[in-house]
Amino acid sequence: MKVTLRVWRQTGPDGPGRLVSYEAEVPSTDMSFLELLDTVNEGLIAKGEDAIAFDHDCREGICGMCSQVIDGQPHGPDKAAATCQLHMRRFKDGDVITAEPFRAKAFPVVKDLVVDRSALDRVMTCGGFVSVNTGAAVDANAVLVPKDDAEKAMDAAACIGCGACVAACPNAAAMLFVGAKVSQFALLPQGAPERVRRVLSMRKAMDKEGFGHCSNEAECEAVCPKEVKISNIARLNREFIRALAVSDG
Amino acid sequence: MKLESKTPDGPVEKKWDKARFELKLVNPANKRKFEVIVVGTGLAGASAGASLAELGYQVKVFCIQDSPRRAHSIAAQGGINAAKNYPNDGDSIWRLFYDTVKGGDFRAREANVYRLAQVSNAIIDHCVAQGVPFARDYGGTLDNRSFGGAQVSRTFYARGQTGQQLLLGAYASLMRQVGLGSVKMFSRREMMDVVLVDGAARGIVVRNLVTGAFESYAAHAVLLCTGGYSNAFFLSTNANSCNVGAAWSAYKRGAAFANPCFTQIHPTCIPVSGEHQSKLTLMSESLRNDGRVWVPKSSGDRRSPDLIPEEERDYYLERIYPSFGNLVPRDVASRAAKRIIDEGRGVGKTGLAVYLDFADAFKRRGVGAIKEEYGNLFDMYHHLTDEDPYQAPMRIYPAVHYTMGGLWVDYNLMTTIPGLFCLGEANFSDHGGNRLGASALMQGLADGYFVIPYTLGGYFAASKLPKADPGQQAFKEAESGAAGRVKKLLSIKGKRTPVSFHKELGSLMWDNCGMSRNAKGLSEALARIPKIREEFWRNIMVTGSGSEFNQTLERAHRVADYLEFAELLVRDAFERRESCGGHFREEHQTPDNEAKRDDANFCHVSVWEHQGPDRDPVLHKEPLKFEHAHLAQRSYA
Repeated sequence: MKVTLRVWRQTGPDGPGRLVSYEAEVPSTDMSFLELLDTVNEGLIAKGEDAIAFDHDCREGICGMCSQVIDGQPHGPDKAAATCQLHMRRFKDGDVITAEPFRAKAFPVVKDLVVDRSALDRVMTCGGFVSVNTGAAVDANAVLVPKDDAEKAMDAAACIGCGACVAACPNAAAMLFVGAKVSQFALLPQGAPERVRRVLSMRKAMDKEGFGHCSNEAECEAVCPKEVKISNIARLNREFIRALAVSDG
Repeated sequence: MKLESKTPDGPVEKKWDKARFELKLVNPANKRKFEVIVVGTGLAGASAGASLAELGYQVKVFCIQDSPRRAHSIAAQGGINAAKNYPNDGDSIWRLFYDTVKGGDFRAREANVYRLAQVSNAIIDHCVAQGVPFARDYGGTLDNRSFGGAQVSRTFYARGQTGQQLLLGAYASLMRQVGLGSVKMFSRREMMDVVLVDGAARGIVVRNLVTGAFESYAAHAVLLCTGGYSNAFFLSTNANSCNVGAAWSAYKRGAAFANPCFTQIHPTCIPVSGEHQSKLTLMSESLRNDGRVWVPKSSGDRRSPDLIPEEERDYYLERIYPSFGNLVPRDVASRAAKRIIDEGRGVGKTGLAVYLDFADAFKRRGVGAIKEEYGNLFDMYHHLTDEDPYQAPMRIYPAVHYTMGGLWVDYNLMTTIPGLFCLGEANFSDHGGNRLGASALMQGLADGYFVIPYTLGGYFAASKLPKADPGQQAFKEAESGAAGRVKKLLSIKGKRTPVSFHKELGSLMWDNCGMSRNAKGLSEALARIPKIREEFWRNIMVTGSGSEFNQTLERAHRVADYLEFAELLVRDAFERRESCGGHFREEHQTPDNEAKRDDANFCHVSVWEHQGPDRDPVLHKEPLKFEHAHLAQRSYA
């Protein structure tokens, strides 16, 4: 089968960008969308042209590196899948497929489909952890954690930090990302000592980076490759209000 | 080159205590005067970076991805071993130690493995304290499962995402230190060279992958935590950016490379679907707890699996290895699959697969229980193959997954270059000829959390290290060397892409130095690799420039390293005329086709020393002594 790719090309953060069309032969529908991009790139390089830059690494949906908006949806049309898990069997002969970078004020374009998501790391430096030094831990079974809490914490911790939630949100909010981390630690006894500090500090950092606020569109949940639930945003808000109430300022 | 393992004397269970007492200390106020460079942010690098910063050292951490959270440890699925013995099933530090030495087919350093088993419990304690959401029982205690090569359940897990959760724990601790100002994080940097001043490692040169600029950084010690070299085979379960470059540049500067031929072929991966394939995907070994491996009894049986009656199926692992069954070690399971497939009993479109079947587990435990434990793996399989593993058995095939070989390190994790340390998969030390499942996470974190914080202090306290800075001649020379190579890659303007060379090398490696090896195939590979390399440097096409984000250039640089490194891997495989662990030489097998070791001649670590670009490397041997885990023929029958 044959498809037409419309790919966002942009030389750098300040350069102009535009969609460029490429005709692509799809030798097997078992190939992934990224493998089709590989094939297109092989052709471009052979012609001496610049390959399409795109982020990818593990290609099995866990590292969170891949980050494309495909046909208007972050990570493409499949539910619960990262860009790298999109396969060509999802498309048919003659389809026109549009690939763009994640777009958000806090994610400047590096080149073509590659964006800078270091803002998410900076938010993490402001409380996305438990302050425990190596060597200081008690025996692993000394603190019991109800299975349901551990499971819910794991649901939140499944976040791969890809930023699709930000790209999908009309407000470019990172509240699903922050909510997932705040929830993981709010649900576990290990997170309790820093419960107040953490949520206040991460909220502040999130605002500082230029992420917006949640207005209950639920686009984030719809595109999340790990199906992190919007209820984590509700928990984030609850933790935030609680923290405001119990903190001194 | 003199190899001093610096293993303390005395009984094995006292060695680490002795070492910790004898290693000199750096007092808390002086620690902030020492700078440390950590390259790589997988489990080893992130845990080392965080732990050293907690101690007060000034740490600079480098990673190749856009964020330290994306290192390939993230993809580890099944679990992490520890000798907690929570299930009360007979585990102990001694048993974990013995299983690991035996699983490695007696080619690891005994003292290192014992230390690994000793610190394993503290790793679990620490990760729980970090808020890693391990699987638990209803009473709130931690749950365990079984893994290959062990008859106890000692594996802790977080669904099928254990690597992700452990890495995010280490990453979070690292980010905490970034926030506190004791770690400076440099992402999208590729290490090009290690810089030696007065014979000691004092810094690195990196290429900034966004701007293309070469940058030099100085420190008092350099830690390479840069993972393995599976991508020498092109197709592997490793992430695309995994590469041998950092370790290889250290080798060329004088760090010895140990056992490069010890590569692990993992038995349960999703089979190759076609020429376009860019990587392979693992299905966790934990699935063998509940899945049963089988093929039809007769060759050429092309019926769909549901039409093959029970009595016409061969559950060959259970048949050949009754006491370990589906949970034999990886090398054993992979070779058994190969033998079965060579008999023409493979399944699926290509015939290059065997079944991993959960039908019995669904009946025994219910679909819900299986989903809770392995749901994400089943989903991953479904996504990739478009087949629903809840309806039909998975098809699996072995693939290159992990490399046991790596830079040679002493007991303190220091390479043969003073001040250059190597942690995690990148070193050779703990897994011998074959790594057991759930032991990579254990080793990466052991090295980073609980070994290097002690041994690095010992090095600093015992060394005189005058200030180094990036303005020094050694840094300038390393920078211009790296720049020269990039310039050359860009100037050739040939006809072939970096990927085409990588594929050519990979298929040669898989065919001639893969699951089974022989002298003829290895000699052929030794003759062909230099020819591919010669063509590469004549006919490579790299588009774009060196002063921008250029993934084609990145790939070309990594393939150039693999084209040099692969020759050492094959040479080592050629020289090791025995079969052990993942290294199977067809000339050396038992009558029932199992690996046949030659302890009289090969009970050693093969340690290679670089001699310059046009000269053969020199082979040194570190003899291995087994005083506690006695040399024995591995039997899982």
